[in-house]
Amino acid sequence: MLGNITVGQYFPGNSLLHRLDPRLKIVLLFLMLIEVFLLEKPAAYAFFTAVTVLFVVISRVPLRTFVRALKPLWWIVLFTFVIHLLTTPGREIFHAGILTISEEGLTKGCLISLRLVLLIVLSSLLTFTTSPLKLTDGMDALLSPGKRFGLPAHELAMMMTIALRFIPTLIEETDTIIKAQESRGADFTTGNMFVRLKNMLPILVPLFLSSFRRADELALAMEARCYRGGEGRTQMKELRFATWDGAAVLLFLLFTVAAFLLNHYL
Amino acid sequence: MSIEVSHVSYTYMPGTPLSRQALDDVSAVIPEGSVTAVAGHTGSGKSTFIQHLNGLLKPYTGKVFVDGTDLGDRSKKGKRALVQARRKVGMVFQYPEQQLFEETVAKDIAFGPRSLGLGESEIDERVKRAMDAVGLAYDEFADKPPFRLSGGQMRRVAIAGVLALEPAYLVLDEPTAGLDPRSREELLQQMMRLHRKQHTAIIFVSHHMDDILRLADTMLLFRDGKIAAKGAPREVFMQTELLKECGLRPPRIMELSSELCRAGYLSQMVYTEKELVDVLGRRLRDAR
Ligand SMILES: Nc1ncnc2c1ncn2[C@@H]1O[C@H](COP(=O)(O)OP(=O)(O)OP(=O)(O)O)[C@@H](O)[C@H]1O
Ligand SMILES: [Mg+2]
Repeated sequence: MLGNITVGQYFPGNSLLHRLDPRLKIVLLFLMLIEVFLLEKPAAYAFFTAVTVLFVVISRVPLRTFVRALKPLWWIVLFTFVIHLLTTPGREIFHAGILTISEEGLTKGCLISLRLVLLIVLSSLLTFTTSPLKLTDGMDALLSPGKRFGLPAHELAMMMTIALRFIPTLIEETDTIIKAQESRGADFTTGNMFVRLKNMLPILVPLFLSSFRRADELALAMEARCYRGGEGRTQMKELRFATWDGAAVLLFLLFTVAAFLLNHYL
Repeated sequence: MSIEVSHVSYTYMPGTPLSRQALDDVSAVIPEGSVTAVAGHTGSGKSTFIQHLNGLLKPYTGKVFVDGTDLGDRSKKGKRALVQARRKVGMVFQYPEQQLFEETVAKDIAFGPRSLGLGESEIDERVKRAMDAVGLAYDEFADKPPFRLSGGQMRRVAIAGVLALEPAYLVLDEPTAGLDPRSREELLQQMMRLHRKQHTAIIFVSHHMDDILRLADTMLLFRDGKIAAKGAPREVFMQTELLKECGLRPPRIMELSSELCRAGYLSQMVYTEKELVDVLGRRLRDAR
């Protein structure tokens, strides 16, 4: 039932994207997200989209997974599209009552919604192709310069791993609780908003209780293994840049230059 | 009347690299008023199988019928029948105590009957009957908050919550997991009493082969999502090679009695401790 939630899910694999150093992957993703906002021309967007599609293909993560990742945000994308479509002034191409659609509106609506879709797909690519462990190692490494200014880099990264680690567990547990209450005749789909909220109690109470229990057990287990923060901790698999990472940086620069040339001169 | 599972296959997360076929062309008939045990190694598909029995999981291929109603019927009439059929099959999940949520024991047990839309007096009656069936004294426990009870008591409350629906089939996923020996035995006895008194069909998942031998009249043995054997536990447990392949061992009493047969102390297999004591006692007396 909740099986189609893909937040933070990792798809094991050995594609070029999987093999990229997580630190580099996070930085490149960040830069690409900024680029998405800087581009304006359709041609540049087309190029950018083509490259994103190429990434999706390389990653070997099934296409439908991306579709599912987009699903919860579909309405926002549509809403953005309609707002821009109807509110941008320009050369009129359609007119009905108070509604006018301009050519500029159509282009802008398309580009802005495409921008959103690209943001979602790119961020999903990061979590789909990076194991939670690598992701946190990457985060930890990238945040660690902040330690000098009192930023709890290791703790933040650890919190993120734990959160990512427990998303599937919580989903599974919610699923079981829903099923159990359903077999006791619970109904979660009818009634007005208040009735429905009240009907959620049989799910929420057990879920909260078990989350607290889990948190408690996890804390105990971590303490029993002498965990006490990042101080002096070493890693079994040290992050190391490889040849492919260098190649990826070059490719990325090439790509960025191409995108900006398209954006300026076309 | 029966639950009929016909050529059911089920895959988790189909179409992803994590996809996993948990059931593969499984067929079985569970008659009303029977006691059926479901056994198999970890991950063999037991939990997946029993969740098909009241339509919580929908088969990818194949069909499930409860007293003749097809649970996969998606028409409007079919959906109403599904709700009806689902009420006939009570489902107790593993560690059901984790699903309690009300302030008092009585309120939690009343949740099921209340959502059936029954009247208050009928609900009260059912709560009392259900608590009685699991051996919880109404006067003592009804107004206690469930979270203050011991693990075993919480589990009984949770089971009572399902019994209050008065299902014709009661499905339990490892009902005795994590209980001490005495609570285990009590729970099993209560389960069997319910079976005798109300003629409720019991379907239970268990890793205790001795319990299966003692209580069930049919067993389904799962291996890798398929039913490797089904029939009377005595017969299934005789297939020692198959059991080993499934990662299981025969019940202790059967291992013991086949050893005794081989050593010449018994002329034929015995299946209960009482029988064994009787036979050996008689032999001893004769020998003296
Ligand atoms: N929600 C799920 N998502 C993906 N795969 C699952 C899910 N639930 C079960 N599986 C897989 O399906 C297979 C059968 O699982 P199932 O829970 O039916 O086993 P089981 O026989 O009940 O085992 P156990 O004795 O450990 O309870 C297992 O390999 C399991 O990994
Ligand atoms: Mg199970």
